[in-house]
This record gives sequence, structure tokens and C-alpha cells, in this order.
Amino acid sequence: MHTDAELLAKAVAKDEARRAARWQLRFRLGWAALLGLLAAFVFLSLNVEVDFLTRATPFIIEGIWITLAVSSASIVLATLLAALGALGRLSSNAVVNAIASFYVSFFRGTPLILQLLVWYLALPQVGIILDPIFCAIGALGMNYGAYMTEIFRAGIQAVPLGQREAAAALGMSGGTSFRRIIAPQAFRIIVPAIGNDFVAMLKDSALASTVALHEIVWRARNIGQKEFKTLQTFIIAAMIYWTLTIVFTAVQNRIESRLAAGDRNKAVKG
Amino acid sequence: MSDMKGLSTTPAVHALHPAEKPGVLVKPGAEPVLKATNITKWFGENHVLRGASITVWPGETVCILGRSGSGKSTFLRSMNFLEDPTDGTVEIDGVIVGADPFHKEGSERQERIREVRMRAGMVFQEFNLFPHLSVIENCVEAPIHVKGMARKEAEAIAEKYLAKVGLLEKRDEYPSRLSGGQRQRVAIARALTMQPKVLLFDEPTSALDPTLVGEVLKVMADLAHEGRTMIVVTHEMDFAHEAADRVYYMDKGEFAEVGPPEQVIDAPKDPRTKEFLSRFRTLGAKK
Repeated sequence: MHTDAELLAKAVAKDEARRAARWQLRFRLGWAALLGLLAAFVFLSLNVEVDFLTRATPFIIEGIWITLAVSSASIVLATLLAALGALGRLSSNAVVNAIASFYVSFFRGTPLILQLLVWYLALPQVGIILDPIFCAIGALGMNYGAYMTEIFRAGIQAVPLGQREAAAALGMSGGTSFRRIIAPQAFRIIVPAIGNDFVAMLKDSALASTVALHEIVWRARNIGQKEFKTLQTFIIAAMIYWTLTIVFTAVQNRIESRLAAGDRNKAVKG
Repeated sequence: MSDMKGLSTTPAVHALHPAEKPGVLVKPGAEPVLKATNITKWFGENHVLRGASITVWPGETVCILGRSGSGKSTFLRSMNFLEDPTDGTVEIDGVIVGADPFHKEGSERQERIREVRMRAGMVFQEFNLFPHLSVIENCVEAPIHVKGMARKEAEAIAEKYLAKVGLLEKRDEYPSRLSGGQRQRVAIARALTMQPKVLLFDEPTSALDPTLVGEVLKVMADLAHEGRTMIVVTHEMDFAHEAADRVYYMDKGEFAEVGPPEQVIDAPKDPRTKEFLSRFRTLGAKK
């Protein structure tokens, strides 16, 4: 290679790196400025009462455990229902398919908050009285299960037909083929979606404050209303959700990149 | 509907084509390992297979030629019921399955189809390796989970065939790390690990980069010469000429010409075969 060309290539690469670094810096400065503005608004427009905040903050933060517990239990329930629902939707049995299709249509076709209120307020009318936490898990799990059914179904269908044919040609029964060949491949497609739904569920679980579940929003409202300081307490609640979302999105990205890398790493050494 | 049922089955009387004679590697007196009789397939209004029959003796390699859309792949896929024919019968190694369009899903029939599939290994145009399993796991998956073979035994057999296709050192790799030619060789080893009575190849080199076709054809030719029973749907005339005991030329869902390659490829009698081969030659010459 000519020396001049080499020098030019180096200069271009250097310039590109410099521009990328500058873009990153500006991006971070932008974030910092907006965060600063938000903080300034909070501090200037509110009376920062250290006494109140030291009482309210731990009280609200305690709700994290309930939020996490409800979201985790609900996502497990939703995943189970979605797996069953997807199998039902893919079943050649018309009745099974109808049941699954009905489930998806009904739970996607009505508001989540209405479903929640049915669990909490309407079921007692027919003699079924459940603790708010079970109302929340039931309502969130069944609602998300309906949405996730379609995701699972799409994930299973995304496995190429050739995989099914190869399994069948080797003499595998439908069940063996699904367990050993189709499901493991569909799983990799579905996992990121479960992560997304979990992060969404963290926030939708706030709806359970309406059924007196003592999660984050319920706590923020209760302690705030008593002293007419809901602006402060809601901001605290918002910060908690925001932090949770950032943390779990990071966790999710980790899991996804590990799943994606799984093939490559394993490929190096079985 | 009930009167329709009377129409569904034709008694399967297998008749040999005059040109169907056991190949040179066939032991005298051996019974055919595969008999497909009057295979007929309708896709809706489309009459894809018009009663094609084939006889293959153990140790033979037969090639099916024909232009795209002639039905040759559908015919091959009917041998192991990846396509369920509308009429006709397949017998592989004594297991007989007939077309039964009104009761396709019957469990007893599906079980017999599985028996047929365990006896007929298939190699696909698109390889269809299992991407979540390593090479060795691809090979032993069915022997273990279909045949109930012990893992050690299955791995020993798989390693033998991986060595045969020249890929033993790739046993722990994942398919995504292999070239197309290597993938297809693994697919052949995977089919062989089931120890089938007959191998079905569905255009095994059509999806390959031209530089990789040779390594796959070489493995296939070796298998043919050591007396594996094979049915190969292909466009590779040289392979058919060199390896086949018999060549079947399919046109519009039926076999227009059957015979040894020296006849069907070098001196075709049927005008349809003649036209196909002349076009093929012009194209081949340009390459």
C-alpha cells in the first residue's frame, strides 16, 4: 500500500472516532441537562421537607417488594397460560383451538383495569373473595397471558417448516419433534418478549393500587394524601419505577446478548 | 361423502416397468427394498403426480431427473409421506402404507408412517440441520429419542459416519459454523446414523455454492459404490451417469423414460427426455 493512502486512511479513521466521541458526549450532556432540569423543578417548586421525606420515602420503597412479587408471580402465570394458549391455537383440534382463541379474544378485548375490578369487586358477589394480591396476580397473569399467547404462537411458527420436516423424516412423533426440536428454537425467539412484558408488567402492576394492594402507587397516594403532599410522593414513586425499569431493562439486555452469544460461544467449545 | 369413500383406494398391484431390472450390486434373488405403486397427488385442482411407480432393490442407486415442477420432489417426498399422496401405496422394507385421503390422521396409520420414516433417511436441499444442537447431537437425537438407543452406542455410530463424510473433527461444532457443503455432509451422517434401509436425497446440491457441490457429490458417490440403497432427485447429470444403476425421467407427474443412464441420458428415446437433455446440454455448455 502507498504511504500516502495509509496516512489518509488513518486520518479518516481518527476523524470518524473523534466525531463518534463528540456525539456520545453531547448525548450524555443532553441527558444530564434534562435530569438537572427535572431535579431543579422538584427542588424549587416543592417544599423540601426533610422530615416528611425521611418518613415517606422508606414507606413507599417498601412497596417495591410487593410490586416485584406481584409482577414475578404474574409473569410466571402469564407464561404458563401463554404456553397452553399457543399450543391450543396451533392445535388441529377445533374445540381446543376455539377455547384458546376465545381466551385470547376476551382478555385482549376488555380493559385490564376492568378485569382487575371484576376479580376484586365482582367475584365476591358470587361468593369468591380473594386477597388483593391474588386478585392482582390473577388479573395481570390472565391478561398478559392472552397477549403473550400470540407472541408464543408467532415464536413457534417462526421455526422454519424444514425443521419439522427434518424431525418427521427422522421418525419423530409430533410430541417428540415439538419438545426436542421446535420448542427449544421457539424459546430463543420468545425469551426477549417475556423480558419486555415483565418490564411492562412492573408498571401495569400499579393498577393494583385500585384494589388496595399496598404496592408503590398505593403507598405514595396514601401517605401523600394524608398530608397533602402527593406531588412529592408521586415523584418518589415515579423515580422508583424508573429505576426499576432501567435496572430490569439492563438485566434483560444481558440475558438477550448471552442468549445470542450462546450459539457462538458454544460453537467454540461444546 | 359415503359414496366418495368407494373412490379412495385403488388396489395396489405393483407392476415392474420393463426397464426395471436389479442393478449390478444387487444380490441375486433379493426382494425390492422399496416399492412405490401408482403414486398420485392432487394439490387442489393441480394433478401433480399421475400414478408414478418405482422399484428399488437393496444396494441400488437410482436417480430421478426432470425439470422443475415436473413432480419429482413431490414424488420423493411421498416415499416417506412428507407429502401424503392422494392415491397409491409405498412399501419400504416390508412396511406398507397406502394413501388414505379420508383418514389421513388415523393414529395406526401415522404409526406405520413413522415406521416407514425410520427406514428411509432423508437429505434435504436446505440441509435442515437442527441449529440448536451440535453436529454430534444432530446425529444422535433421533437414534436416542426415536429408536431408544443408548447414547454411547448412538455416538459411536454417529462418529463412524461423521468420519465417513470427513467431518469427525467438527463433532462439537454448531451448524452455524459450518459451510454449506459441510452442513450437507453432516445431514447425510445424521440420516445414516438412523441406519436406514434406503436414503432419499431431494436435490441435495441445489442450494450449494458451485465450489461446494463436489465434496457432497463425492460422499454420495462413495455411498453409492459401497452399496447403499439410494434414491436421488438431482440435476447433476454427471453424478447420475456415474453413480446410478437406473435413471427415471419424470415429466408432468409420470415417468416418461426409465433405464440405465447410458440409455436415458446418452441415447434417450422419449421425445420429452430428448428435449430436456438437449436444453440441459446447451445450458451446460455455456457454463
